[in-house]
Parts: sequence; C-alpha cells; structure tokens
Amino acid sequence: MRHELLLSALIIIALLFEIFAGKIARKSAVLFNIILFTIITVMGFFPAYDGVLFGGSFHNDQMTVLLKNILNIGTLIILFQSAAWLKKPENESKILEYFILIYSSLVGMQFMISSGDFLLFYIGLELATIPVAALAAFEKFKKKSAEAGIKLILTSALSSGILLYGLSMIYGTTGSIYFSQVINSFNGSALQIIGLMFFISGMGFKMSLVPFHLWTADVYEGAPIGITSFLSVISKGAASFIFIIILFTVMKSTVTIWNEILYVLSILTMTIGNLFALRQNNLKRFLAFSSIAQAGFILLGILGSNQLGMTSVFYFVLIYIFTNLGAFGVVSVIANTTGKEEIQDYNGLYRTNPLLSLTMMLSLFSLAGIPPVAGFFGKFFLFTSAASHDTAKYYILVLIAVLNATISLYYYLRVVKAMFIDKNDHPIEKFSSDIYSRIGILMCVAGIFIIGFASVIYEFIRSISFGI
Amino acid sequence: MNILNLFVIIPVLTIIAILFTKNLKGARIVSVIGMGIQLIAAIYLVIDFTQLRNAGVTDEILYVSDYIWFPSLNIHYLIGADGVAVSMILLTAIVVFAGIFASWEMHDLPREFFISLILLATGVFGFFISLDLFTLFLFYEVAVIPMYLLIGIWGSGPKEYSAMKLTLMLMGGSAILLVGLFGLYFNSAGPDGQLTFSIPAIAELDIPKNIQMFFFPFLFVGFGVLGALFPFHTWSPDGHASAPTAVSMLHAGVLMKLGGYGCFKIAMYLLPEAADEMAWIFIILTTISVVYGAFGAVWQKDLKYINAYSSVSHCGLVLFALLMMNKTSMNGAIIQMISHGLMTALFFALIGMIYGRTHTRMINEMSGLMKVIPFIAVVYVIAGLASLGLPGLSGFVAEMTIFVGAFQHPDLFHRVVTIIATTSIVVTAVYILRVVGQFLLGQIKDPHHEQLTDAKWWEKLSLVSLLLPIAGIGILPLWLSTNIFDGLKPVIEQFSMLLP
Repeated sequence: MRHELLLSALIIIALLFEIFAGKIARKSAVLFNIILFTIITVMGFFPAYDGVLFGGSFHNDQMTVLLKNILNIGTLIILFQSAAWLKKPENESKILEYFILIYSSLVGMQFMISSGDFLLFYIGLELATIPVAALAAFEKFKKKSAEAGIKLILTSALSSGILLYGLSMIYGTTGSIYFSQVINSFNGSALQIIGLMFFISGMGFKMSLVPFHLWTADVYEGAPIGITSFLSVISKGAASFIFIIILFTVMKSTVTIWNEILYVLSILTMTIGNLFALRQNNLKRFLAFSSIAQAGFILLGILGSNQLGMTSVFYFVLIYIFTNLGAFGVVSVIANTTGKEEIQDYNGLYRTNPLLSLTMMLSLFSLAGIPPVAGFFGKFFLFTSAASHDTAKYYILVLIAVLNATISLYYYLRVVKAMFIDKNDHPIEKFSSDIYSRIGILMCVAGIFIIGFASVIYEFIRSISFGI
Repeated sequence: MNILNLFVIIPVLTIIAILFTKNLKGARIVSVIGMGIQLIAAIYLVIDFTQLRNAGVTDEILYVSDYIWFPSLNIHYLIGADGVAVSMILLTAIVVFAGIFASWEMHDLPREFFISLILLATGVFGFFISLDLFTLFLFYEVAVIPMYLLIGIWGSGPKEYSAMKLTLMLMGGSAILLVGLFGLYFNSAGPDGQLTFSIPAIAELDIPKNIQMFFFPFLFVGFGVLGALFPFHTWSPDGHASAPTAVSMLHAGVLMKLGGYGCFKIAMYLLPEAADEMAWIFIILTTISVVYGAFGAVWQKDLKYINAYSSVSHCGLVLFALLMMNKTSMNGAIIQMISHGLMTALFFALIGMIYGRTHTRMINEMSGLMKVIPFIAVVYVIAGLASLGLPGLSGFVAEMTIFVGAFQHPDLFHRVVTIIATTSIVVTAVYILRVVGQFLLGQIKDPHHEQLTDAKWWEKLSLVSLLLPIAGIGILPLWLSTNIFDGLKPVIEQFSMLLP
C-alpha cells in the first residue's frame, strides 16, 4: 500500500503548498514537485510485503508493485517533459493544480491495479479518469482544449456506464463483487457473457480499441501535449494492465469466448488505427492513431492467454512508455519553443537540430519495431505469444499483425523523411531546450536502448506473471 | 575469444569511432581502417578455416559459441560458420571495403553516410554468423532499415519513392518470413519438450510433412523477396537505380545474397520434404525471373537499370539452382552468389564513376569513352565478359556448374526449364555487348567528354579489390568449391534421404 500512501501524502503536501506558499516559493514549485516525485519513484523499488487489506478489496504482491513502478517511471518522465510548458506565464498560476490532478489520477490507477473486487476497481478507474478530463481542458482559453475536456468526460462517463452495467450483471449472476468469489461462480451463462461483453466494451473505451476509439484523436489533439502523452501512455498502460489481470483471473473460465471477441477487435484496431494514421499531418493526431494501432498489438499478447502473453504485454507496455514518451518529448519541446506541430514543419530538422531528430527517429523506429531498439523485442514477443496457439487461425492473425507493422512503418518513415530528407527554406531554427526536457528525453533514449537487450528485465517480469 | 564475434564488434566500434570524427576526411579514414581490419579478419578466417579442414576437423560448423540470452524463451546468441558462411563473410568484407573507396568523395553528411553504410554491413555480417533464428532475424532487419536513409538522403532520381518502395517491400517480406519463423519455433519441441530457435537443433527434428508444407512458402517467399524472386522483384530496379554507388554495390552485391542464403540455409535445409514437394512452383517463378530479368535488361537505356535487371536475372539463377537440389547445382548456386556479388558490385562501382564524370547514365548520350577513360572502360569490359560467362572468369564457373547440375535431372520438366533458363546466357551476351559497343567504343559524340580524367587512386583500389577475386575464382575454382562442398554436405544429406 506504500505507493498509494506516499502519493496521497504528496497530494496533501502539494495542496498545503498551494495554500501557504509565498510568491517566491511558488517559483520553485516545479522543481519541488519533481524532486519529491523522484523520491517516491525510487522508494517504490524498495522491497514490499505481499498482503491483503480491507477484507480482500485491496491486495498487493510483486506483480502489482512492479506495475505501479512502471507507471511511476512513466509519470516521472512526463513531469520532466512538461516542466517547460508549465513555466509559461499563462500556466504559472496553475502549476500545483497540474501536479495534484496528475497525482490523483495516478493514485486512482494504482488502486485499480491492486483492487480485489469490482467496487475498488471501479472507484480506481473513475479516479484515474476524471482528473485527466480536467487536465485535458487545462488550457481553457483554447477552444480545442476545452472541447477535448468535454469530449473526454462525456465518453468516459458513457463507457463507465456501460462497464457498470456489465459489472452489475456479473454481480447479479454470481452474487459477489469479490474477484476471489466471482471466479468460482463465473461459468459462462448467457447473462455473464453479456456482462463480459459490456466489460470489454467499457475497457475498450479506456484503451481506445476500435470501434470505441472515436474520441481519441480529437482529445489527443486538443489536450496539452503533456496530457496527451499521459493519456496515451500511462492511462492506456494502466487500463491494459487491469484488463489483462481481470481477464486472466476472474474471467478465465470463458477464455474461448473472449478470445474470439478480442481476435476480431485486435484485427480491427490494428488495421483501422493504421489506415487513419496514414493520412494525418498533425503530429499529435498522428501519434494518437499510431497509439490506437499499438493498442491492437497489445491485444495480441492478451490473446496468447498464457504466461508468455502476460509477460509480453507488461514488457511491451514498459517499452512503449519509453518509446512513445521519447516521441512525445521531442514533439513537446518543439511545440513549446516554436509552436509548430505539423509534419511538414519538421522538414530539414536534422540539419538544424540533429540530436532531437535522432531521438525522434529512434523512438519512431522503436514504435515500428525495428531492431536494435527496444520496440523490436516488445513486438517480437507479442507476436510470439499470439503465435503460441500454434493453429492456422492464429498464424493468420500474426500475419495480419506483421503486415500491419509494415504498413505502420510507412507513416513512421514519413516523419523520418521529413526530418532527414526533405529540404526546407525555413527550417525550425537551432535552439537548446531546458534541462528538464533534456533529462526527460535522455531517460527515454536510455530506456529505448537498454530494455531490449537487457534480458534480465524480461526474465524478471516473466517470473512474476502468470497464465491461465 | 571466438573470432566470429569480431565481425560484429569491429563494425560497431568503427561506428562509434566515426561519431567522434569531424568531417569527411576523418570519417572515411576511420571507415577504411575499420573495414580494412575487417577484411584482414575475413581473410584470416578463411585461411584458418581451410587449415582446420586440412588438419582433419570434420565438424560441420566451426567456431561455435553459445551464450544464452532470453532463458525462458530459449533464445540464444548462437554463432558459428560453415564453408558457405565463411565464403559469404569474405565476399561481404571485400564489397564493403571497395564500397568505402567508391564513396571517397561523399561530401553531403559524410559521417552519417558511413555510419549507415557500416550499420548495414553489421547486419549482414551478423546474419551470416547467426545460428539462432532470433538473432538471425534481428540482424536481417538491421541490414534492411539503413537502406531507407541511404537511398533517401544520398540517392538520385526519384529517390524518395524508390527508398520507400524498397523498404516497405523488404519489410513486408520479413513480415511473411516472421510467420514462418514462428512456425518453426512452435514446432521445434525436441525429445525434452523445449522449444528452440537454434538452426542445428531444428535440423535434427522430423517436422511433420503437413506442417512443413504450411510454413515452407512463408519462409521461401519471405527470403525470396530479398532475393528478387518474381513477382516480388519490383523493388530492385528502382531501388538500385536511385541508390548511391556504394549502396547499390552493397545491396546488389551482398544484401540480395541474404535472400538466397536464407532460402537455402533456413527454408530448404529445415523443411526439406516441403522443399522437395513444392520446388516446382518456385522453379517456374525463378525461371521467369531469370529470363524476364535478362530480357528486361535488353530494353533499358539507363546503365543502372540494365545492371539492376541483370541482377534480377542472376539472383533468380541462384534460387533456380538451389531448387534443383543436387550437389552440383547447389554448389553452382553458391559460386554464383559470390561471383555475382563481386561482379555486380564492380559494375555499380564503375557506373558510379562514369556517372560522376559524365553526369549521365543514358547509354545513348555517351560514346567512345574508351579513348578518354581507358582504365574504367577496360574494367567495364572485363566485368561484362565475366557477367556473360566467359571462361577464365567467375561467371563461367558458376553458370556452367549450375546448368550441368540442373540438366542432371532426367525428367522432362526440369530439362525444359533448364533449357529455357539457358537462353538467358545468350540474352546476357546481347545486352552486355550492345552496351559496351554503344558507349565505350566508337567516336566521342559529346565534346564535354573529351576532358574526362581517368580513375583516381582510390577508385582504382576499389576496382582492383573486386576484380582480383573475380579472376581468382575463374582460374582457381577448386579451392572455393571444396570449401563450399563441406558447407553443403548437411543440406545435401537432408535431401538425399528423400530423393531416390
């Protein structure tokens, strides 16, 4: 429970800071918060006890600790990357709000991951979503940002409604909300199957699976970049964590049924996400659609339905955090300095800002799954887990997936082409970014290089995950 | 330490060293030193390998070392080399070395150019030493992706289109390949039930025939895309024509060989029954490649396109010979890979030099170049003669062996396709001689061409380093075939169990 307690304490500290700090102290709010959060992230790695609290509502073991640590690291990188944006004059009065909202959302996710019944799971899910909606509308003087906030809150309200309806059916048929009891009486009766489908649709909204993805692009485009990256990496990561955990434990008796559903969803998600990404010119929208396609790949791991599948999902999300945040970091630095977000603005970027371009290229290659960067390993293991069924049906799925990965290469290369090949009379001028962004981007690059080759990390994740 | 590790470590160190250079001079000197050491290591490897064989070491694969990487998936970093791999490593080292000299005057972003070029080479070397399918696939993709930048940034003509087409087609090929690799992996459970990516381990298994039949097309087509198998060859002419000189050399000379090598070492070696059963489909496709490539070259006017189509024809011949599945033709296939690798690299180097002087690659815009640039022109003629199979040069040895081997099949189908494929020799002679006659001989048409200067020292070095082995193979083919034979032995044994 340490993660949640520390974060809650941090929220309170930030609130008190907001109330009592003077003008001079406020100037150091960003630094203060980043230091405290770094300490919390590090403390998360100290050995923890396994245990159960609140009569089974909350449980903690090595796996949940690891997942929380993954989310913490990702959030830390985002905090680093949004420091420069927060220091802009128009945001200066709201710095602490930003931190408090991010922490609240994160604490919600951590409760969700540790939940042992549907009630805590639902509370955590809501706590994770609502602050993000507020954050999406953070630049409320911009029309698009306000629109993003409204869209996010409405769609998540709808999806929560669907999810709750499904959960109520499961409760009605099994007579319990505790996972440990639901497992025993979850036998796949008609009402339970409908509940399962509602559950998948509800989570589909959170993970932006096709056909529940329509909110994604608009929200990602309208929200400030820091929030977009939070949504596309941390929120999506947390949602896929709990999704796979519940499917693998509570609903394991219906594995054949949800495998069929996810099989279709995964093909749709990969293909449609890719096809829409092909035509985007705004980098935030582009990354939004690419992240939809990536969610389709995550489903491949879930479809594996074995220990390998769960390992590869966790491992992929870990890599995806570093990879996607690398790309978002570059976009955010450039947008903060020049305000440019279109792909053609990046023409000739390599000649003026070589390091940023290289980081972007590495991140995009990692997203596309090109060796020797980490994304290759992540994707390879996801494909392996889907292929582990060893039937023609799943080999076809893998074939569709790898062909999709090839299609995705086309649009990732478009950005690489803009930066390295296209000529531009007025390229983005040479500039040097602030120290926070540099640390944030450096962490991503290190992760992109190390995680793939370091099989220790993979083997550790393997040792704590489980199959059906 | 295992000598094979050097072939990955040296390029990586060279890349790191290039990062610390400042300009073209620094970058090219570091590259030459690095790749020079690599070439010496390759020559040493070949000599050492031969000595070990002469000393009576009969293991099929030498220099094996095995490091476990992902224990739970049983993924290893497993390396080793047989006679074929050793010859391919030497070929790669020669072509890369010559390629560095061919790009001596690369003024635009030189450091980035040499880094990408050597990264590509790293992938190729890694591919040839890998005995584990995972690392093999990893190196394969490492070899493909730098092509995009190399063609896109430093290419000419419709470079963006060609670069994208080439990258997507090759990655599409590797996508198909990956499905085949998973098929092998999940059917590789030995007596102990452990799945494995190791090639030697899978080769010992008896994979059921229906499974072999399902996955063989994935593997063969997956590698075949890179080997310019008809109808997946269309990336090749565009890609080669747009690429800068050194990249064309490396790509046609070495990278396309990854396709042939993969088809033989993985698809056919690991799935022999399916290969035997389905060979006829691919024999037809490769025969089309051979003839179509040759006729395609006749119609082209751009020197690079001519050579690109001739590569399609010659690489098709490699796959054709492999599919004939007997000792003689397979031996010929490997010699053809090496011979074509050297020849086509030489051609592209020459074309690059001619283009650098005349600023055109159209044969009808040039004439009588023999008088002004005799060195380049003479080497071009020699390369042309090697390509059309003149005895005494490498091309003859390769084609002769292939067609003799192919004709050993007594049945009508094999005889007919062999006869059709042999016509490519005649057609090759047509386009080679036509080109030589048109732009090297005769009177000088364009007055600007009067002032052209002949090859500089680095260009001569580049050409000679390719020309020597071509003549060497032509005069002394026996040494090469002995080494190749022992690499082929396990594969031939796989097939001889099937064939009557």
